[in-house]
Amino acid sequence: MKSEVRSPKSGIARSVAWAEWLNRLGPLLGLGIVFLLFALIGPESFRSARNLETIARQTTIVGMGALGMTLIIIAGGIDLSVGSIVALGTVVIAWCLNRGGEVPHPLAAAAVAVAACAGCGLANGLLITRLRVVPFIVTLGTMLLVRGAAKGLSREQKIDAPETWLNELLASLPPERRWLIVPAGVWLLIAMSLLVALVLRFTRLGRHTFAVGSNEQTARLCGVPVDRVKLAIYSLGGLFGGLAGVMQFSRLTVGDPTVAVGLELDVIAAVVIGGGSLSGGEGSVLGSLVGALIMSVIRSGCSQMGLPNWVQEIITGIIIIIAVALDRLRRSRATA
Amino acid sequence: MPDPSHSSPPPRLEMHDISKRFGATVALDGVSLRVHAGEVLALVGENGAGKSTLMKVLSGAHQPDSGQMRLDGQPFAPTNPLEARQAGIAMIYQELSLAPHLSVEENILLGMEPNCWGWIRRAQVRQRATAALRQLAHAEIRPDRKVGQLPVAAQQLVEIARALAVGCRILVLDEPTSSLTRQDVRRLFELIQQLKQRGLAIVYISHFLEEVKEVSDRIAVLRDGRTVGEGPTNELSVDRIVALMVGREVRDLYPRSTRTPGEVLLEISELAGASIPVSASLALRRGEVLGIAGLMGAGRTELLRCVFGLEAVCRGQIKVGVHVGPASPVRRWAQGVGLLSEDRKQEGLALSLSIADNVTLSRLTGLGPGGLVLPRRQAQATRRWIDRLDIHCTGPGQSVSSLSGGNQQKVALARLLQHGVDVLLLDEPTRGIDVAAKATIYQLVNELAVGSAAEGRAPKGVLLVSSYLPELMGICDRVAVMCRGNLGPAHPVSEIDEHALMLEATGQEIIT
Repeated sequence: MKSEVRSPKSGIARSVAWAEWLNRLGPLLGLGIVFLLFALIGPESFRSARNLETIARQTTIVGMGALGMTLIIIAGGIDLSVGSIVALGTVVIAWCLNRGGEVPHPLAAAAVAVAACAGCGLANGLLITRLRVVPFIVTLGTMLLVRGAAKGLSREQKIDAPETWLNELLASLPPERRWLIVPAGVWLLIAMSLLVALVLRFTRLGRHTFAVGSNEQTARLCGVPVDRVKLAIYSLGGLFGGLAGVMQFSRLTVGDPTVAVGLELDVIAAVVIGGGSLSGGEGSVLGSLVGALIMSVIRSGCSQMGLPNWVQEIITGIIIIIAVALDRLRRSRATA
Repeated sequence: MPDPSHSSPPPRLEMHDISKRFGATVALDGVSLRVHAGEVLALVGENGAGKSTLMKVLSGAHQPDSGQMRLDGQPFAPTNPLEARQAGIAMIYQELSLAPHLSVEENILLGMEPNCWGWIRRAQVRQRATAALRQLAHAEIRPDRKVGQLPVAAQQLVEIARALAVGCRILVLDEPTSSLTRQDVRRLFELIQQLKQRGLAIVYISHFLEEVKEVSDRIAVLRDGRTVGEGPTNELSVDRIVALMVGREVRDLYPRSTRTPGEVLLEISELAGASIPVSASLALRRGEVLGIAGLMGAGRTELLRCVFGLEAVCRGQIKVGVHVGPASPVRRWAQGVGLLSEDRKQEGLALSLSIADNVTLSRLTGLGPGGLVLPRRQAQATRRWIDRLDIHCTGPGQSVSSLSGGNQQKVALARLLQHGVDVLLLDEPTRGIDVAAKATIYQLVNELAVGSAAEGRAPKGVLLVSSYLPELMGICDRVAVMCRGNLGPAHPVSEIDEHALMLEATGQEIIT
């Protein structure tokens, strides 16, 4: 801006901009610290390229779900049905692959699964906007509902599926394809993250998502189609749940209606560690991915060090609380 | 109905014989109002007089039961706020409606972002937002700042800029100055004059009659859902307006019985907080009302909060009676100190609870055998204060959120009385409430300071923070001025006038 008035306040403005950057980089800094810690005290194998690839693969399922959850949480909502949607996704893929005739069509199967999951998300959105019931309750209901549907579709059993390239999406890379650096599924996550980040920053839908989460009444008064925004983001939440389901299927190679129980909490934790606010208006794609990575690094680091499962859980819990507490501290500084 | 074929243009807005009832209560009873382009119409009246209902009809939030509206001569009947907004009605409420997490430019163009297939054209957004801010002669507000980080005055300007960006024809300002500093009020008034000259019609709602006199061209007074008076501003005196508002001449708005100061109840020496106050010393005696004047942000609220243990004390001493030592709200209540918060909606009251629950919240003892809290006893205790403070309600069980601002404030005060405190810390006790409720509160403060030997009530000490100088001069015995965190000496009101107080409050700065 050329016409900007230089005043003594520009010093304050600069320090505010600084604080904003620090806010944005906070989670990244946390990731660096956790990683360095394990790199220093953990075994040699933690730092190996193999292990880094494993961490990336393990982050993909939660990360994919976190993309949708980031949108939903920014808009001031919540989606507890993600875990169930992921399970439904795996079941639908396996079901389709078994019914695809002689030659299975993996892409079609995945597309059907993702569409089904996006439909579940749309249903969430419709219930929330039409019935005017709070998202927590609606998605608590659909969490059970979708899980039940997945179990019904699979007759409460794991569904075996013929082997297709879907299984390789998240599998460790064979030596001849090392040039890919990470498996295709991880690349898909990276591409989707970029897309969501761009949508959030540069489109009407993105800015309206922030507006709805920040002050819904104002958004409505200004002519933001609040209900349509909500329908869109809950559908996207379902869609990314479906993609997470594809990744989960790749890892399991079977359709399992009992998988991903409690995954929604990991996904929410990733968004919150990454700076998302459950009261809406705040959150970022980068932050959520970093949040998911922090949890995977802890998991990997602990298991490499031979620490039992319960230690990982305690550490992850502590990290979540510290992350949110630090966030509040930063904010109270910023307003003071 | 006027004939629109006249040579003079029709009024920008004409509201004709508007009536609205909610159940058995008549909120509006045939109100007629007209505003011309390039005119500031002040709308005054007590809370509950129908101002906000009338504005809700205008903004499409309510539909009138009968009556018509015309906008520039065309029939106008909005069915929802969005429709009214698109027709050019912009409402700026006391509680600003902005999205704090979005930037200034995003707020200004919210809901009408220039875009191409959903992708926002950021250069255009920037350009249009900057243009809107320039129209306000406030180009110093950076369009990329987050609104939540701006001071209130700047946020208000962003809302006005947003109204201009939509192309508003009528700007309704509802109590726009209640949270502004004096300088910001000045700048707002200049802005209003500019907007007026550009042909906007402005409806200005305020309880500050001096401001109304200064800024408006015409004044309309509402009472009990009716227009009881209307006329050019220069023909209506403040006394006359007040008389119209309350339906009777108000004499002795500020009652003052003979008060005899007793022992020191609260003594503060060299108090400093985390950043503000910087240095404050005072002594409050039994049977006196000590006022603290000053500008917004001078540290008056923080001073009270430090005393009450809500904010950290870094230096200095607070002595309550014989007690020194650390402060916390629990301790202060036990020592007989009560605080009336300036923010009654967020902090002062639990809005969703009943009057009885709010009044007895700080002291739930003695309301039943063995520490039990019996709703019947709660209601009994509360009914006493409902009568004494003239709280308009259906009974102790009514939810506080459904009361008017003045009655809410009386409930908040009743809590201090129910608790039986000796020292009352009152922070802006009359902000945003109507004249009748103000009068009740002034009378109550006077009664508290005097006490009543007959009823065995000892006089109390009142420390009162207010931005309204006539009120401080009217009910206090002494007034001290706070300026940039420093509390000056207390002057007896007989030895100082409003002008001198304002000079002291503004420090070395000379404001125009």
